[in-house]
Amino acid sequence: MNRSVWLAGLLAACASGRAQAPATPAPAPAPSPASATSAPVPSPDTLSVDRPQYPSTYKRRANPPVLIRNATVLTAAGQELSNASVLFRDGKVVAVGASVQAPSDAQVVDGTGKFVTPGIIDTHSHLGVYAAPGTAAESDGNEATNPVTAEVWAEHSIWPQDPQIPLAIAGGVTVMQVLPGSANLIGGRSATVRLVPARTVQEMKFPGAPYGVKMACGENPKRVYQNRGPSTRMGNMAGYRAAFIQAEQYRARWDKWLKDKKGDPPGRDLRMETLAGVLRGEISVQNHCYRADEMAQMLDLAKEFGFKIRSFHHGIEAYKVADLLAANQTAASVWSDWGGFKMEAFDEILENAALVTNAGARAVIHTDSPDGIQRMNQDMAKAYYAGVRAGITLTRDQAIRWITANPAWVLGIEQLTGTLEAGKQADVVLWSGDPFSVYSKAEKVWNEGWLVFDRLDPKHQYKTDFNIGQTAPGVGR
Amino acid sequence: MTTKGQFLLAGFALLGTASLQAQTIAITGGTVYPVSGPKLTNATVLMSDGKIVAVGTNVSIPAGAIRVDATGKWVTPGLIHANASAGLGVAGLNGQGEGGVQGEVNPSFNPAEGIDPAAFTIPIARTGGITTALLPPSGQFFPGQVPVVNYAGDRIEEMLVRRNAALVLDLSSSGKQAGGGSRGGTMARVRRLFNDALEYARRKPDFQRAAIQPLSAPAKELEALLPVLRGEEVLAVAANRRIDIENALRLTREYKLRTVLFSAVEGWQIAREIATAGVPVILEPLHDIPSFDGLGARLDNATLLREGGVRVIIAQGDPGGERNLRYAAGNAVRNGMSWDDALEAITAAPAAAFGLADYGTLQPGKVANLVVWSGDPFDFSSAAERVYIKGSLLSLETRETELRDKYRRVPLP
Repeated sequence: MNRSVWLAGLLAACASGRAQAPATPAPAPAPSPASATSAPVPSPDTLSVDRPQYPSTYKRRANPPVLIRNATVLTAAGQELSNASVLFRDGKVVAVGASVQAPSDAQVVDGTGKFVTPGIIDTHSHLGVYAAPGTAAESDGNEATNPVTAEVWAEHSIWPQDPQIPLAIAGGVTVMQVLPGSANLIGGRSATVRLVPARTVQEMKFPGAPYGVKMACGENPKRVYQNRGPSTRMGNMAGYRAAFIQAEQYRARWDKWLKDKKGDPPGRDLRMETLAGVLRGEISVQNHCYRADEMAQMLDLAKEFGFKIRSFHHGIEAYKVADLLAANQTAASVWSDWGGFKMEAFDEILENAALVTNAGARAVIHTDSPDGIQRMNQDMAKAYYAGVRAGITLTRDQAIRWITANPAWVLGIEQLTGTLEAGKQADVVLWSGDPFSVYSKAEKVWNEGWLVFDRLDPKHQYKTDFNIGQTAPGVGR
Repeated sequence: MTTKGQFLLAGFALLGTASLQAQTIAITGGTVYPVSGPKLTNATVLMSDGKIVAVGTNVSIPAGAIRVDATGKWVTPGLIHANASAGLGVAGLNGQGEGGVQGEVNPSFNPAEGIDPAAFTIPIARTGGITTALLPPSGQFFPGQVPVVNYAGDRIEEMLVRRNAALVLDLSSSGKQAGGGSRGGTMARVRRLFNDALEYARRKPDFQRAAIQPLSAPAKELEALLPVLRGEEVLAVAANRRIDIENALRLTREYKLRTVLFSAVEGWQIAREIATAGVPVILEPLHDIPSFDGLGARLDNATLLREGGVRVIIAQGDPGGERNLRYAAGNAVRNGMSWDDALEAITAAPAAAFGLADYGTLQPGKVANLVVWSGDPFDFSSAAERVYIKGSLLSLETRETELRDKYRRVPLP
């Protein structure tokens, strides 16, 4: 990015995929004395692979029922209802509509002149892995030590005290996918987390959300590994193929052993375990890929190895192959107007999301940015009006889906959240005005029924530990 | 070969005349925001020969003037972006920039000859209603001079409004290396350069006879500091931490400088001091992520500075490009600034801060840079429909709109 000195260093450049130099490895900690805690000792004949793998400890908070009354409700499920109500209790949406009765114990919120949407979902974030204040010490997003690091898990880098998290909450974001960076061909597992106050990442992990794996096309891997390879796009392709050929063999060995349970189990290989999960359809592929021709290559790669690409990310040229995306059921996570900052981002157009939608494919507005994640409604609005101005047929409901229902699908949690429909989890945002306007702000944010942000009440304005004792940040103003 | 050459020459000449030849145009019926005064409904803006001739609700339109019906539209001055880059190089790509040269002490460097009038980024900036741009140099410490251009013209000379509108000094964390790794060192180095420049100016004959102690920079660099030290040119100081801003104010007092602060993330903490010093602030209103170059970042910095009496200039720096300047202003309003102040912050305020007396408002005698918007320029539902620079209507077609139209239907026929 050609930024002037006046602004030098103010922007975390994840989009540009700037590989952070790997920090010097810390010395291994000294073995601790016999643990004082009394964790259950697993039976010696179970395998580590069969034991819990960093399970979610997230627990929904008990909260009184909430009725938002007389608001304009954008359901992201086909409707925009005026003078409507939304009732949620026990973390679930109970009713959405014109005449909803408030239970006697409900907190009633007057929504007059206000708007309600589902909680916003970002398919592409590095919060926690590239935390503020942006020191090398907290640069934990790219394990740029090998072109294939499918063995690393983003959740093992996420710092729950990243002060960018409350800023995103104040923007109405309730769920995000945190990904490793794009230095590697296969960068590692993603984590889908709820944006809630937490001490550990386990307390944020979205229960039941499948893992994703980050893959990256194009310029970044071939630049980062130009001396050891891959150094070309054909080298990139050969790298993915070699990894999946190995994974096929690994999967076959394990499948055979699991069927017969004869002899010793095959050795456990974390890198292969993730890729075998992709081949089994258990782990979704989240593919950083800008150019149309590369998306076509990746779709063919997926066919060669029998998996699906759930979403391309930063799909600057998705509009050029929107028909292929529709045919392959692959979403395109895109920006509204970022582009031009590198060669593969050259052909950005404002109508990308609109044209992808119009072709029958799933468009998603994503951020890859701690700034953008605070205003995803604005990116949606920019992309919506650009489409409308260009004469592309588009509804407001389709646009609101770009930041709610469609990202929920990309993360495989569309049965649970992403729309305001009875039975869905109560991830709800009350906006001061139309979320399609620059002037509107998220006023209240409920995360599975928990009021995690209230612009009018400092008691509900979360601050991370990093914020404590520092100058007051902008949240809540 | 000859034929082709002649054709090209002829085409060039035509383009040249087209941009110079500005007719008499009356924009009628719109809601006009002159910035110099309150908004006027159902008003007319009359321009001729590239200048604004009249603005009001009772303007007589000469026979033969081109009439443009702006009923239902909003009319504002052309926006001035104080932190632009479009045009410095042909594209916005890494490696294609022209903004900076190596080294730390380059006050004499001016990137103007690196401006490419054919850069496709320029029409894209115009779609955001930006007609005038300050193009700060990139680099360390004293990276150079800031030229000001209009985003129209075939040659740099046509584009240039002012060659040396400001000199840049970086006192933020990124300028620390120039001081050997400490802000104290940076300040000492600034003072030494300033003092040497003054000494050099006083004792030029001694300098020429080499009867002077060695100076801390070559003569041409010291020369380039003098307009700032004489108060003839603005010193634009990048500073974010409160202590950096206070250091900038110290220098301003010590050397009687015309300072403009840039970025000033923690400026809100000392708004009154900045206002008292008469120092305007250029800032990005969306900057709220804490870093050790500004732990006090907050979204209402612009609002609090304005409330403290500071002249605020809004810039924008997100990867969506400078066309988003208007949304940066809209976000300042979202976070508490008044709408009128936000419009001033991207028109009259930068013009005043950098001494661009002919720009920034819709008043008779000013350069006819104006934009007709479909509605509120700060909101996403509106767009720039007509952009005039020096009285000429500019195209809003871009590389992006051409790509869009090519791929409206896929697969391609």
